[in-house]
Formats: sequence, structure tokens, C-alpha cells
Amino acid sequence: MARITLDHLAHAYRPDPRSAEDYALKEINHVWSQGGAYALLGPSGCGKTTLLNIISGLVHPTRGRVLFDDVDVTDLSTEARNIAQVFQFPVVYDTMTVRENLAFPLKNRNVPRDRTARRVEEIAGLLDLTRVLDRKASNLTADMKQKISLGRGLVRPDVAAILFDEPLTVIDPHLKWQLRSTLKEIHRALDITMIYVTHDQTEALTFADKVVVMHDGAVVQTGTPEELFERPAHTFVGHFIGSPGMNILPCRVEGATAFIDSSAISLQRAYRTLSGGERIELGIRPEFVRLQPKGEGLPVQVRRIDDIGRARIARVEMGGRPLAASVPDGISIEGNEASLVLDPNHVHIYANGHLVAGEAAGGQAA
Amino acid sequence: MTKTVNNRAWFFVLPVFAIVAFSAILPLMTVVNYSVQDTFGNNQFFWNGIGWFQDLLDPSSQLGERFFDSLWRTLLFSAIILMIEVPLGIAVALAMPREGWTVALCLVLMALPLLIPWNVVGTIWQVFARGDIGLLGWVVNRLGIDYNYTGDPLDAWITIIVMDVWHWTSLVALLCYAGLKSIPDAYYQAARIDGASRWAVFRTIQLPKMRRVLLIAVLLRFMDSFMIYTEPFVLTGGGPGNATTFLSIDLVKLALGQFDLGKAAAMSLVYNLIILAICWVFYTIMTNVDAQRGRVEA
Amino acid sequence: MTLVLDGISKKVGASVHVDDVHLTLERGSLNVLLGATLSGKTSLMRLMAGLDAPTSGRVLVDGQDVTGWPVQRRSVAMVYQQFINYPSLTVYENIASPLRVSGVARSEIDERVRDAARLLKLEPYLDRKPLNLSGGQQQRTAIARALVKRADLVLLDEPLANLDYKLREELREELPRVFAASGAIFVYATTEPSEALLLGGNTATLFQGRVTQFGPTPQTYRQPHDLVTARVFSDPPLNTLKVRKSDGAATLSTGGQVPASGPLAGVPDGEYTVGFRAHHLNLEPTGTHEITIPATVSVAEITGSESYVHLDAGDHRFVALVPGVRRLEPRSPVTAYLDPRRLFLFDEDGRLASADPSQKAA
Repeated sequence: MARITLDHLAHAYRPDPRSAEDYALKEINHVWSQGGAYALLGPSGCGKTTLLNIISGLVHPTRGRVLFDDVDVTDLSTEARNIAQVFQFPVVYDTMTVRENLAFPLKNRNVPRDRTARRVEEIAGLLDLTRVLDRKASNLTADMKQKISLGRGLVRPDVAAILFDEPLTVIDPHLKWQLRSTLKEIHRALDITMIYVTHDQTEALTFADKVVVMHDGAVVQTGTPEELFERPAHTFVGHFIGSPGMNILPCRVEGATAFIDSSAISLQRAYRTLSGGERIELGIRPEFVRLQPKGEGLPVQVRRIDDIGRARIARVEMGGRPLAASVPDGISIEGNEASLVLDPNHVHIYANGHLVAGEAAGGQAA
Repeated sequence: MTKTVNNRAWFFVLPVFAIVAFSAILPLMTVVNYSVQDTFGNNQFFWNGIGWFQDLLDPSSQLGERFFDSLWRTLLFSAIILMIEVPLGIAVALAMPREGWTVALCLVLMALPLLIPWNVVGTIWQVFARGDIGLLGWVVNRLGIDYNYTGDPLDAWITIIVMDVWHWTSLVALLCYAGLKSIPDAYYQAARIDGASRWAVFRTIQLPKMRRVLLIAVLLRFMDSFMIYTEPFVLTGGGPGNATTFLSIDLVKLALGQFDLGKAAAMSLVYNLIILAICWVFYTIMTNVDAQRGRVEA
Repeated sequence: MTLVLDGISKKVGASVHVDDVHLTLERGSLNVLLGATLSGKTSLMRLMAGLDAPTSGRVLVDGQDVTGWPVQRRSVAMVYQQFINYPSLTVYENIASPLRVSGVARSEIDERVRDAARLLKLEPYLDRKPLNLSGGQQQRTAIARALVKRADLVLLDEPLANLDYKLREELREELPRVFAASGAIFVYATTEPSEALLLGGNTATLFQGRVTQFGPTPQTYRQPHDLVTARVFSDPPLNTLKVRKSDGAATLSTGGQVPASGPLAGVPDGEYTVGFRAHHLNLEPTGTHEITIPATVSVAEITGSESYVHLDAGDHRFVALVPGVRRLEPRSPVTAYLDPRRLFLFDEDGRLASADPSQKAA
């Protein structure tokens, strides 16, 4: 059990990093509270796996420190750190039974045999592995093997944190649901800090209480799933989270009105602080853009309407720019001319990619 | 149903059948023919039935005694070779670097002995181990050890074994290295996190993952050492006395030294059957391992 | 061309990889093979391509029996889950490689390579080596190479599985357009129901080597003929419970009794399995005459705009997809509401007994 602190941490794979581009992981300061469920979300090459490997001790950082409960562990080896890790591809010891697999970390640490046996039974019960305890681990399915990998981490009573490196990659969709809810239940039952690395927003958002979004080696936003959805701090977060991602449109803002080409959109807030030189963009999620038959609202050309089973998503163009919008139940569009209605509560303004807070339309600071 | 494909395929296979028939089946039938006859040269043959086979498998007969002596010698040699080369090959593979420019260097160095023709290997060691002009023999003698592979049976054995180890250990090592390379990094990382010792990593990860290549290595090394001929023939000629007369050397002595073609033919057939039987045992073990794996994936 | 699989099976030893499959794939169509790992998708594709010969049954192309023809004699291109390109060749040469092999004229090669590159947005990378590209661009290169051949049959075996979520989304959006421009028969294997829905076209659901249903994708999704198809084509997994109907009332295996309305009204008395999708299970009433199921919350997963609430009801585990953020405490009691018109009713053999025709609008 531990609080994990990342203190001015940075890492470069080159031996003599000079410019910021040389760093695979740019300076990061972060505290993972004891017992939290965190996700590290980002595309391939954003540095999330590097960060995970620094925490687990597989990679030594170029700069900065890693603290477990205020103890500096930066120079400690992996095995001395009391962390467990579940990898992308299931790692089981093929020649051993499930029971022996689960007992392995305790056996290596010379835990008395009867205590090991009790602990293994306990963890197997938690992971629903009791039925297969005496089977060879190599004969099991991928999701079972991932549970065994997780179990080998959980059996250690001293484990400070469990790190997951895209653990559901090789699991079929149906089983992902089960495994994910098992993870959540385990987290609740055992009060262990868990850090989950993934590029899949659904996995990150559903697993974590707090999601850390990374891009190009830097953290762009840390927040709850709702915060990331409702108020993306950066256009990257808007784009990366949500499916389809946020619509981002270049615009011009004057007070409480945004102009996209010649169409005016009234905003809930005023943006008087914007100077002239920035790249100003308007962001709104497809969930808050409604497609309607031609009439009130912004005129658009409908390119396609996707039926994703439980909802319909329209792909439209406005002045040559692609947008996604939701199609309410019961609405049918004739031809390809239609209108968009934007929910003003969910329109955000971004300057050079960063969210601008704006002021309440009355003039007071928001 | 599949005739369009297969007719042409058979057509292409026909020349192979012809060549195999000419190069393998005809000589084999000749050997079978010889094995049931007695000959004194002059192309005169006398029917002997299974007489040679009876003699051969009866240790109290002169031929049987000679055959079993050679057989035990050969089996002992193979056993010693396997006991040295397999563990040594694994150790070398484990010690090899996993990445960097040294990998290529190691691979080339290790492949070198494998590229030398067998008779050249024999000649190299024949010179190398001589007490008068050979570096090895001279140094060992200078150290005060009485070493003479041409006169002392034990010395001859040691020399042949060292030669074979030098020649073939790298094959085992290269096969094991390939097996080790196929283990994903995650396994090593997981083992470190689980607190596994170096020995435990070897026992629980590396050895199981190498099992298949090891079986192939053992099979190859067994067959090769069981049929060894050229190197000991060049080095010791089967001596001193009959100390290093392995089955293959004995066979040549019998056939070409004494022109006992009938006995030699019978002996070579039995020799062949022994090799086939042992290969079959290995093959069965290997396919069982595969079947176990198949069940895993299903 | 038209590709017909006429009762093909593939057995390897005692195990059946493909079991009596009948499929007719038309020129210019996109066909999704949807099924879990080891359900026979890849085996079926190998039979279509001619990489394997079926144990029984026939493969017909435009009415001609091509069973047992080797892959070289057929007009087939394939894209795999792994990004397979020639690492030493540029993107341009990678795309051109199948044309160079078949001896197409130089000027035509250039034209076709550039066309394919434009379609797959690879024009800026034509001079680069594949390994210097992102995973998405590498897979685009592999797809371009498959397209440039102008093969009659293009097989894609989980082509997006190794890509990042966002790249997957991007490419998935473009693929139907790319396919439509080609005119070949496309066969696309995936394990993900949502991917099948986004791609559209036709979907064949696979289970243990059998094609359980084949038809236009939305129709297969909305009108499954049997329980297996409904299960294969549901993500989150299909919720199921048992009912016994007698005397105009239905007894639920979660406990409780409801009047036999909706699809339950029109079937004879007996045992049935009820199946319903996660987004049809609500935590508030949305109409009258709804089936109410008392349950306790197991886990609530929040995606930011929606919540997946896992519920325990008796021995059953249900997933409800509800709009908004629902922070529900584990083990807290809730009532789940289900509109009887939204459910599928399967008989004891797992065949669809009845579903409300108004399902189409769901």
C-alpha cells in the first residue's frame, strides 16, 4: 500500500539529451494517492509505457525521483519495489499449475508453506480461479491467464501498487466486460493503488477514477472521466476522448459570439481576453450537436449517416470542414441539406489548443 | 475434387522417386541380398539364409562379440557426447549477448567449426594433439602429464570427445540461442517482479521454452555421434587396438578390410534398424510434446 | 464476380474448423465475418482464398467450380492483422510490388500506385520505408497493396486489431469509402460487433465454425434469428434471463411475474429465453407496461457521457447502458426497467420465437 510520487521525472532514451525533443517523457510531477484507480491514456509513442516502466523500476529515469510513501525508490530494483505488473500478453509459467503460479512470488520470498497455501486460496477465490487451481496454466484461455498474472501480483500482501500495461489487448470483446468488472471489484475489495496504461479510451474511462491523458511525452490533462468529457483542457483531449471525438472548428470570437465563416454562434461566456495572434478554435462534442431537417441552425451538407446500433451519427460538412453530429430518434433527413443545432452549454473556445475559461456573459470573471 | 492440383504435383515428384530408387532403394536391396549370402570373392555367392544375423545377435559367437563390443563403444560415446554438449551448449547460449554488434560476432565465431569438413577436423586434431609437433600434445606433456593418444586408449577417447565437443557444441548452442531469443521480454520482467532467482528463471521460463529446440538438438547430436566415422578414423583409425573402433569403423574394417561382404551387409542392416528405432522413439516424444501444445491452443 | 461457398467444411483431425457453410458474396459487396477468436473466421477466409482446400463442399466463382484451385490461380488479395510490408522497399515500391510481379507496364504501374496512394492518403510517404511510418500508415500501405492488384476478392483478417483506438476509428471511417471505389468482393473479419456496425454492408455471424446468420448488417443486428447470433452480435454482452409462460403471465427467472405482453403475448405457453441489449435496460421508467427487475449494483463504469451499470439480479448478471454519469454505490438496490417491446424471445432450441416488429426502429 503506498502513495506514489513522481518528482520532476523525465526520461530520454538517448544518453545526452539536449533539446525537449530528445525526451520520450517530458518533466512530470504527479502524486498517485494510495488506493486510487488511475489510467494513463494516450496514443502509441506518447510515453505512457516509459512512465509505467519507470514506476515499476524496469527503466531508470534520466532525471527526477520516484517516491513510494516518501521513500526514494528511484535506485531500487524492480523486485525491491513491491509492485506487481500485468503485461499486454499473458505471462504464465507454462510448466506449473495455476496454484503453483500463484504461489511462485511467495515461494521466491520464502513465505512459510501454510501461509502461502492460505493466501493462494484466498486470491483464487477473489479471481474466480478456484475451479482451475490444479490445472496446468498453459492450457487455459487468454483471459484466465491474465487473471493468473494479476493473481501473482495480488498474492503478495505487501504489494504497493499494481501496474497494468494494456492488459485486455488479446482478450475477446465479450470477456473484456467480465475481466474489467473483476478488476473494479478487486480494486474495491483490496484497496490497492492501480495504474492502468491503455490507448483505449473506453478501458481508461471505465476503469479509472482519475485519468491522466498523455501526448508527445507530456501530460495534457488529469481529471475524472466526466471532466475529460465535459471540459477537455486541450483540443487533443477533446479529439482523443469520445468516439467520434470532439468537433474542432477554426473560428473568430468577438465577445460572446463566435463566427465560423459567416455563421454566428452565440456563446454562454464572453472571451474578451483573447489577443489577435492566437489560433482560435471552437470545440463541441458530437453528442451536443443535433442534426435537424433544413431550417433553424447552421446549414450543412450531410455526407453519411452511420447506424451504430444504439444511436445514429451523422457525418456532415460545413464550409468544407467535416463534423460529426448526433441524429435524434425519429428524425429522418431528406436529401443532403440539413441544419445543425449546437447546445451552447457545451461549446468551448480554445486558443492555441488550450481551453480558454472565458467570463460569465454579464462581465464577471467565471 | 482436388485433382487439378494434385496431378501436376505428382508429375513433379516423379523424378525424385526415380533418383531415390536409384540411389537408395537399389543399393539397399543389394545390401539385403549380400546379407543372406556368403562370398569369397570371384563373384561367387553361397546362400546363408539368416545365418549372419544369428551370429551377429549372439554375443558368444565371434562376430556377435565383435558387434556388441563396437555397439557398446558407440553407445557410450554418444551418451558422453550428449552429457557434455547439451549442458555446455545451453550454458554457452545463456552466456551469449542478446543484442548489439557482439551478437553477430558470436554467431560467426560459433558457426566456424560447423563449416569445417569432417576429415579436416580429424586432421587438425591429429596434428594438434601430437606430442612432438602438436601444440596441445606438447603443452600437455610439458605439464608433466603423460599423454599419447596413439598409444593410450583413455587418451584416445579423451581426444576424440574433446574434438567432437569442439566441433559440435556450437550447433547445440545456436539452437538453444534461437529458442531463448523467442521468449518475450515480458516473461523476464514478470519473473523479476515475482522475485525469481536466476536459477528459477532458468527452470521456469528458459528451460520450458527451449524444450522443443533441445529435443531437436539431442536428436541431431545423437544420430550424428552414433554414426560418427570420419573424424575418429582420421585421428586414431579406430585404435589403439580396437579402443575407438565404433560401429561405423568396424563396419568398414569388416567390409573393405576383410572383404566379408555378407557379414558386413548384415551388420549394416542391423545398424540401420537401430538408428531407425531410436529416431522413431525421439519422433514419438517430439510429436507428443507438439500434441500437448496443440491442446493448449485449442 | 460472385463467390459462392456451397456447404464447405474444414476438418483438421477430429476438430471441425468450418462447419457446412453456405454463403453467396456478390460483386462490390462488403461482407463482415463477426465472431470470437477461434470461431472459424480465419479458416473460412483461407478456404475462400484457396490457401486451404475444404474437406467437403464446393467453392464456385461465377458458377465455375474452383474448389482445390491454388491461390495463385485465383484473383485474391489479403491483409493481415500484423502489418506485413517489405521492410527494404519504399512505400511506393511496396504498393507496386504485386504489379511488378505480374509484369504490368511501367506507366500503368505508376498510375495505379498513385491512385491507391491517394485513396489511402499515403501520397506524402511514398518515398519512405514502412518501418519509419506509424502503425496506421503501415497498415494503409498493406491495404493499398491489396487494392492495387485489382483482385476480385480482397480478404482482410482483423486489419485494425493492432492499431491504436483512435487510428482504428479513423481508418474504419475511411474503409467503406475505399471499398466502394473498388468493386471487388471484400471480406472483413472482426471480433468486435461495433466494428461490424460501423462498416455496414453484410454481416455473417460465426460461432464454432458455423455461420449462424448472414444478411445486411443492421438487419442481422436488429433481427437475429437465434440466441447464438444475438450473443455474437452484442457488445456489451447480451443480457439473458429465462421465463416460463402460462395462462397469460410470464414468470421470470430473476423472480417475479409479469403480464405476457409484447413478444410474449403471441407465443404458446412454455419455457423461453429472453434476450435484451444493454441500452434497452433502464434505471428509470421510460413508459408504461414495463417489466421491472429488482437488482443490486455490482459495478458502475463511467465513460464520461454514459454509464455501464453491472447489475446482479438473482443468479443473473446484467449490464445496463444508461445516459449520463451515474455514481451508484456497489451493492445498492435499484430497479431496472425493460420495455417488453425491446426484447427477443428464444425458444428452448435457441431459435427466435418472437420479437416485436417495431424493433426495427430501436
